[in-house]
Amino acid sequence: MNRYEKRFAELKKNGKKALMPFVVLGDPDYETSSEILKEMMKHADALELGFAFSDPIADGKTIQAADVRALDSGINPDKCFELIKEIRKIDNDIPIGLLVYYNLIYANGIDNFYKKAKDAGVDGILAADAPIEEAGPLLKSAKKFGINQIFLVTPTITPERLKTILASASGFVYLVALLGVTGARKELGAETVSLIKKVRPETKLPICVGFGISEPEHVKKVCDAGADCAIVGSAVEKIIEKNLGNKEKMLSEVSDYLSKMKNATE
Amino acid sequence: MKNLGKFGEFGGVFVPETLMPALEELEAAFEKYKKDEKFNKELDSLLTEYAGRPTALTFAENLSRKFGCKIYLKREDLAHTGAHKINNALGQALLAKYMGKKRIIAETGAGQHGTAVATAGARLGLDAEIYMGTIDIERQKPNVFRMKLQGAKVNPVVTGSKTLKDAINECLRDWTGSVRETYYLLGSVLGPHEYPTMVAYFQSVIGKEAREQIMKKEGSLPKAVIACVGGGSNAIGIFKGFLDDKGVELIGVEAGGLGIESGKHAARFADPKIGKKGVLHGNLTYVLQDKFGQIYNTHSVSAGLDYSAVGPEHSMLRELGRAKYTYATDKEALDAFKLLSEEEGIIPALESAHAVAYAIKYAKECKKDDVIVVNLSGRGDKDIFHVAKEIGAEI
Repeated sequence: MNRYEKRFAELKKNGKKALMPFVVLGDPDYETSSEILKEMMKHADALELGFAFSDPIADGKTIQAADVRALDSGINPDKCFELIKEIRKIDNDIPIGLLVYYNLIYANGIDNFYKKAKDAGVDGILAADAPIEEAGPLLKSAKKFGINQIFLVTPTITPERLKTILASASGFVYLVALLGVTGARKELGAETVSLIKKVRPETKLPICVGFGISEPEHVKKVCDAGADCAIVGSAVEKIIEKNLGNKEKMLSEVSDYLSKMKNATE
Repeated sequence: MKNLGKFGEFGGVFVPETLMPALEELEAAFEKYKKDEKFNKELDSLLTEYAGRPTALTFAENLSRKFGCKIYLKREDLAHTGAHKINNALGQALLAKYMGKKRIIAETGAGQHGTAVATAGARLGLDAEIYMGTIDIERQKPNVFRMKLQGAKVNPVVTGSKTLKDAINECLRDWTGSVRETYYLLGSVLGPHEYPTMVAYFQSVIGKEAREQIMKKEGSLPKAVIACVGGGSNAIGIFKGFLDDKGVELIGVEAGGLGIESGKHAARFADPKIGKKGVLHGNLTYVLQDKFGQIYNTHSVSAGLDYSAVGPEHSMLRELGRAKYTYATDKEALDAFKLLSEEEGIIPALESAHAVAYAIKYAKECKKDDVIVVNLSGRGDKDIFHVAKEIGAEI
């Protein structure tokens, strides 16, 4: 059993749903990022971690700004893997996924990237700009190194595409809650609930819902609709952005916010 | 998706999942309408009656005398809106209309593509929105005003490089949120499949005309065809006419900026230290990047060549040895800009001036009867304020 299977099976047994916070590694700098991760882990059932990229086309302004801060502080994929090793030492059970753009994988050498990820204790990799058509080499390396290849399922998906994607997906299904790029929204996407209901009967994999989720009420709604997990990213990054000058406040606000969001999954 | 738009190992369809159904729809629509009689008739009529095609192939008499060979200029500067970009903009805008889309979005660097899209939008009754980096807005002011005059909305892009690369990023982000009703009218032979294939198709009219014209004038094929390469759509457009003529040298000219050693350039092929295979904006190609895969910002005096990657078909043509690629620096391009203006009474776009700059070098090695065709991809009216500033002249 891989860590995703174990974690989601435990939660299911106890009748609980999961919270998977996302953060860009190295934002605003390596040391602070490490402390933020430790706060996050107090409330997280799984982690989704972003590798900063110069041209993040799937991301809205908040995560773009986080990428810029992380890159300006000197982050790179090798340092990201170091950071993951650090937190893996603290918790050997929490599933850790990466959200990364294809060129960072490609520039490293695909096999080499997956090997580094495995060595660091990563469980899943989602390449934001590699649809199933281009995922062949990734799936090969994922299999070789025992990593789950995660795929996006979006409101524009056709029944044929959904079928093809689910045939290759493992770990969990990342269900994109809205039409658009990442970013906290006031309202849950109009099509979120219907998409969850469409995907639910098609797969046994956990369904994790992200993009635009920022309020406890959003978490409740997606869980009630049949999802297994809520992913929250831009809302966390906003707290970091707002408190750049005050680390103590940043850490306590991240912790308070995630505690509130976690409660909404219960 | 029927095919992944591969050019050898290059090309492909590297985009977030949200866009995939739209790209499948685009592939199907393009494959359908490029064979559709009504569509082709309407496009032909737009190109001839509206855009002024065919464009002339002008013998550059004074330059030829000066450099001792026969230099011809394919006059895309004479097409409506002043550059080759109109060929693709009309083709795709018409396709968008046939697909029932009401809103078109586009990126622009030099503003030539943005202007062409604004023009096509006005003519075909589509709402046009253009993304343009703030650095480019500053250096291509006349084109910004032209777009607005034609009713297009210009969205300034303040992220990253503030030039073409980030304008494309913003288009992709807009499209991700608006994909059901919006058509993304990409301006060069880049992006995810179907764009590199489709844009090359709409631009191939340049090469088709040029080949017929030179055969008529000279009775033989040229020794070389020379074009500037940013994304590379004007170059692919003219190369297409001569691809099967193995004896014709095809030469692409990248932006050498302040020189290759300076690192401040947009020469993806000329600097193997940072120009490596990678994925940007939906395709695998040569990209200027660091060892971790972060994309470098570029420098060129010309906004239209100031881009970190190059169309995937160029990467393939280079690997096959069918085309070769070189560069001209900012200074060489500015000198060529002045030279062509003085000698022939043609003010070239700064982009096209790069092709002219290399053509002059190439001509010096030629014999008297050797024929060179240079693709003069656009006119330089848009550049006069910027050039005046660069050379310290007052207007």
